Amino acid sequence: MNIIVCIKQVPDTNEVKIDPKTGTLKREGVPTIMNPDDKHALIEAVKIKKKTKAQITVLSMGPPQAEEALREALALGADQAILLCDRAFAGSDTWATANAIGGAIKTIGNYDLLLFGRQAIDGDTAQVGPQVAELLNIPQITYAQKIETEKNKVKVERQMEDGYEIIESNIPCLITCISEINETEYPTLKGIRQAYKKEVKVWSADQAKVDKSKIGLLNSPTSVKKSFTPPAKGQGQTLKGSIKDIAKEIIDLLKERELTGGF
Amino acid sequence: MNFDFTPKQLAIKKMITEFVDSEVKPYADEADKEEKFPEKQIKKLAKLGIMGMSIPEKYGGAELDNVSQTIIMEEVSRGCSATAVSMGAHASLACHPLVNFGTEDQKKRFLPKLASGEYLGAFALTEPNAGSDAVNVQTTAVKDKDEYIINGNKIFITNGGTADLINIVATTDKGKRHHGLAVFTLETKDLKGFELGKKEDKLGLRGSNTQELVFKDMRVPKENMVGGIEGEGFKISMSVFNSGRIGIGVQGVGIAQAAFDEALKYIQEREQFGRKLHKFQALQFMLSDMATRIDAARLLCYRAAHVKDQGKRYVKEAAMAKLYGAETAMEITRKALQIHGGYGYTKDYPLERFYRDAKITEIYEGTSEIQRLVIAAELLGRGF
Repeated sequence: MNIIVCIKQVPDTNEVKIDPKTGTLKREGVPTIMNPDDKHALIEAVKIKKKTKAQITVLSMGPPQAEEALREALALGADQAILLCDRAFAGSDTWATANAIGGAIKTIGNYDLLLFGRQAIDGDTAQVGPQVAELLNIPQITYAQKIETEKNKVKVERQMEDGYEIIESNIPCLITCISEINETEYPTLKGIRQAYKKEVKVWSADQAKVDKSKIGLLNSPTSVKKSFTPPAKGQGQTLKGSIKDIAKEIIDLLKERELTGGF
Repeated sequence: MNFDFTPKQLAIKKMITEFVDSEVKPYADEADKEEKFPEKQIKKLAKLGIMGMSIPEKYGGAELDNVSQTIIMEEVSRGCSATAVSMGAHASLACHPLVNFGTEDQKKRFLPKLASGEYLGAFALTEPNAGSDAVNVQTTAVKDKDEYIINGNKIFITNGGTADLINIVATTDKGKRHHGLAVFTLETKDLKGFELGKKEDKLGLRGSNTQELVFKDMRVPKENMVGGIEGEGFKISMSVFNSGRIGIGVQGVGIAQAAFDEALKYIQEREQFGRKLHKFQALQFMLSDMATRIDAARLLCYRAAHVKDQGKRYVKEAAMAKLYGAETAMEITRKALQIHGGYGYTKDYPLERFYRDAKITEIYEGTSEIQRLVIAAELLGRGF
């Protein structure tokens, strides 16, 4: 089995501050990490590898420093790493990114399973995985909380708001993973040592054989018009007294705000 | 001149920092309050290959350079100094004699088990009347055909009560003084004549195990004498001391950093006299001095590790790193506690733990006074 895991290097949003004047992220000096959902997708791939002797290729698009995230992926158990790095990719929205990633996946070829994280913590769109599946015309299963591989098919638990679906699909297919799918792992010293013995292949748009009319800022159908920080919510209200009094007060408050519905 | 870590060292730093923040630091308080040996943390460190960090790849270890080992020691110390000393006593003290002086047979027999974490190691030199004064070791080893019969006792042994393998120092010939010392490897399981004495009740590092060991006609096969020849014990012990000093220096840095991090957070949150503490210039100055001192201590430790990695003599550098790292830990934990005022004195905050944990760094692996003697001897020449 050949698995391709797509990862993104993102700023550690726990450390990011937003400039209230410009509404943009202050990225200077902020540490970067492998996007958490993507890391869980990779850890899942490594688990599948242990059972099925799969080969894992990890793929990312980003600036040269994204190599660090790919090395971490190699240290966690991926077999080879490819970085799509070219000015032509810069400013891509999700559609253009999917064209780049999807194009590179076609070039890699011979894949059985494509694993993505559900969404990246810097953009929160959750679109690239599904868009790549559409582009490649293969089945997609999103929000996976469990994956079982069988011969030529997969069985996936797909998380819903109030339960989960069990979905079976033939391979090749694309699955986006949520963090609940597995426990986090740390690279071992042996893994780190091996990661630095391997090569991270850097592909330009031409080397990845992607359609250059469908990537980059100018070819992106969406653009960010404005970003802003919503004002902080006001202080909550604390009610004191007996449970009965509090319950009555809550009902009064809800009625006052016409939130009682059919009561 | 280059102050940057290599990409691989940075990857190790990132891994160990994340691991410590999630898997070590949250349990430090419990380890201290309940005197709980950090067994789970040690097992997890072993899974990552860290217990074998000083052991060659050939014997299942990670064969890390000394700078990388120093990074790991600093980070683990920042999270929990009891876990750090248990790890350090194993990876630095216990493994060192076998890695550097062991016979091929000894390396093959013991190092893979130490590297995987199957064995936890300890090093036992200190006795009631011998520590830095290693020549005065009273534990005797008398040859009897293919075995040595060992009698004596050891005190203050880190991991002594939890170790599966202990390298002990004994004398085969008291008349020869330091030329009569030898190191023997004990596998403690079912070892006749090996008993545990008193478990120490300590000021700090309360999660770590510090134990007295008693040997009564304990028989050890001659194949377990490290290096296979008598008289090597003093040389081995001095080498262990030297190497261990960098680790304790950087343990001081890790503890100091942990205390500093708390202080930095606190002065930005706490208000007095209508403004945040960080608006007071006196506290800004204190903070600046603390950060500067920690950095100076850290640089001394990494310099010593770097010199060791170059294969050069590093006795003075290691002693300076140990001396300054330890005294930095004391000063920074005192100041960080002071910044916290009354809260810092309570067990609701970790400051009092840092303060207690810091003290030992001025004592073990050679007191600060011994470090000053070592530095002076290097400056003045051996015959001063």
